[in-house]
Amino acid sequence: MSPNIQLNEDGSLRHLLSLDGLPARILTQILDTAEGFLSVSEQEVKKVPLLRGKAIFNLFFEPSTRTRTTFEIAAKRLSADVVNLNISASSQSKGETLLDTVANLSAMHADMFVVRHSSAGAAHLIARNVAEHIRVINAGDGRHAHPTQGLLDMFTIRHYKGGFHNLRIAIVGDILHSRVARSQINALTTLGCPELRVVAPKTLLPHEVEGMGVHVYHRLEEGIEDVDVVMMLRLQNERMQGALLPSPQEYFKYWGLTPDKLKLAKPDAIVMHPGPMNRGVEIDSDVADGEQSVILPQVTYGIAVRMAVMSILAGN
Amino acid sequence: MKIQIKNGRLIDPKQGIDAVQDIYLAAGRIVGLGQAPADFHANRVIDATGLVVCPGLVDLSARLREPGFEYMATLESEMRAAAAGGITSLACPPDTDPPLDEPGLVEMLKFRAKSMPGPRVYPIGALTWKLKGERITEMAELHEAGCLAFSQADTPIVDTQVLMRAMEYAATFDFPVWLRPRDAHLIKDGVAHDGAVAARLGLPPIPVVSETIALASIILLMKATGARVHVCRLSSAAAIDMVRAAKAEGLPLTCDVNVHHLHLTELDVADFNPNCHLYPPFRSQRDRDAIRTALADGTIDAICSDHAPVDDDAKELPFQEAEPGATGVELLLPLTLRWARESGRSLSQAIDLITRKPAGILGIEAGQLGIGAPADLCLFDPEAWWQVTRKSLHSLGKNSPFLGLEMQGQARYTIIDGHIDFERNHTA
Repeated sequence: MSPNIQLNEDGSLRHLLSLDGLPARILTQILDTAEGFLSVSEQEVKKVPLLRGKAIFNLFFEPSTRTRTTFEIAAKRLSADVVNLNISASSQSKGETLLDTVANLSAMHADMFVVRHSSAGAAHLIARNVAEHIRVINAGDGRHAHPTQGLLDMFTIRHYKGGFHNLRIAIVGDILHSRVARSQINALTTLGCPELRVVAPKTLLPHEVEGMGVHVYHRLEEGIEDVDVVMMLRLQNERMQGALLPSPQEYFKYWGLTPDKLKLAKPDAIVMHPGPMNRGVEIDSDVADGEQSVILPQVTYGIAVRMAVMSILAGN
Repeated sequence: MKIQIKNGRLIDPKQGIDAVQDIYLAAGRIVGLGQAPADFHANRVIDATGLVVCPGLVDLSARLREPGFEYMATLESEMRAAAAGGITSLACPPDTDPPLDEPGLVEMLKFRAKSMPGPRVYPIGALTWKLKGERITEMAELHEAGCLAFSQADTPIVDTQVLMRAMEYAATFDFPVWLRPRDAHLIKDGVAHDGAVAARLGLPPIPVVSETIALASIILLMKATGARVHVCRLSSAAAIDMVRAAKAEGLPLTCDVNVHHLHLTELDVADFNPNCHLYPPFRSQRDRDAIRTALADGTIDAICSDHAPVDDDAKELPFQEAEPGATGVELLLPLTLRWARESGRSLSQAIDLITRKPAGILGIEAGQLGIGAPADLCLFDPEAWWQVTRKSLHSLGKNSPFLGLEMQGQARYTIIDGHIDFERNHTA
């Protein structure tokens, strides 16, 4: 078995590629550090000098606005220099290989790469091939992992529920294609959540998903009964018709979260969503905008969490 | 050239020989065992003390990458690599560019291969034009040009009627049809076994039913058409059960497995190593155990290297984008020996699976050490340890899941048609 390339020899974080295999102490360190960064965003001067002089490259091989922007804001609040590269529109289309692109950017004295790619394992490939001093953050690779999203979800849960040890949590939607769900599952099982459920039709669940430590439900009503947290996932339009699902209408009827169905969860349950939402497909607007929704705070916390990850990787 | 090989441990599964015995070669044939023939004066004497002397290895699938993929490997480089692995005969699939669907291409490949040192090359003809699965090839013409069997390589025939017609036509001449059981719709963009590891890593999955559904079609079409079929690269316990049942029914069915699948499982994919991206994918431990058992009980007839040299550019990519395949000709022998050691099987049984049995499937004279048989031999040191590195591999394909690992067992001499084709420096 190869060594965990995410960790240094002393057990500290070297790259953040996945939450799978990271110990609880590292996850907790990131969440605790993020607490300290929450106030930075509320100050008049929203900057701290921790990463001054560092060059952070956002390498987005697939389009993203929300994630790229939050990484950019986080880096700038740490005073780093940020370069955004939309690679799909440049080098790759000219035939340059992924590793050539990375080698060229390394030669420009990068300190950190934030990578988004459509293929699982892309961030691992880059991390295995960068110079010793460069740090890699996975901002989403195929269906595999989206660790900072998973961490900001943990931050949100801890903020509203105080911890993980007494919680019953349901993740609802397209688990099969979701890197967010995999990161959530990894984080919640590591942090000690005693009951984690996934809720989806069979076409949207990977085989042997139980091996990840979750209970499988196919009916939403049963899956969210008495839960403390409901984490909804986005459904992409291209998956709504054809062989995976018959129609958006049928999906919404059976797996869409409505105020009535939410009543089956605990009265103080919170509702989360990684965004962007498809209102009327996976979630009803009354729930998305309702009192139990913490969807907008998730976005705010996302910046603090990404600041924490960058700061820890840079050795601060 | 007359060669005497003395003091070696001669193993010939066909004749049931496993004894220290001298062997004598002349004019490309085996002319004596134990006793030298009258008036035999050797031009060369090889002292094989400590070595096993067995029939040259027969590999049922080695891509030589010519024509069309010379940027990955060349005929010359891969034939040299095969000889270094102890291989004296090999079958190459038709998925070259252009595919082997015309007699002229087959003749050219055979001519080129004959002009270089290295194993005897047996091209497998394309079953359909351009491997498109639409129109069957001129199989009789291709057979005359030297094709012993017909295959689609990795490209399945989607239209079942075309598959049935192809099998019927091949059966007209009793030509064997070699098929990889894969259902194109169930594979789609899949890259890893549909199990716990693919679920965890988010890799697009390849379910076992993609193999068993296709195999069920093949078996039913065999019954309908009377075709002789060799099923290539089984990977799952369920498919092995189906083959076992079909053989029990008396169907003319044989099958093989890629040597990598005797040792590796889906867990080996867990760190996204593109060198572990093969087709079919490494499956569960239960599947691997079933393969090992089926080799021992004879359900699986042969082991092959499924040699597929891939250039670094096609491998240094995220796992799911990397081209599937691994270099194999130099690992066929040590990995087969490892299976035998780990399974408590005899050296003779291991050698049988990579010599006599594949030769029988291919329908060639090789794979035996009887007097009068072709002088194709492999002399290997069963105790020699060596490390798989980019440098130690002769193949231009440096992609192997075993890179960096130690292997036990290594060819020392490869003799083809009575000539020493490969000789390894003892300290190498």
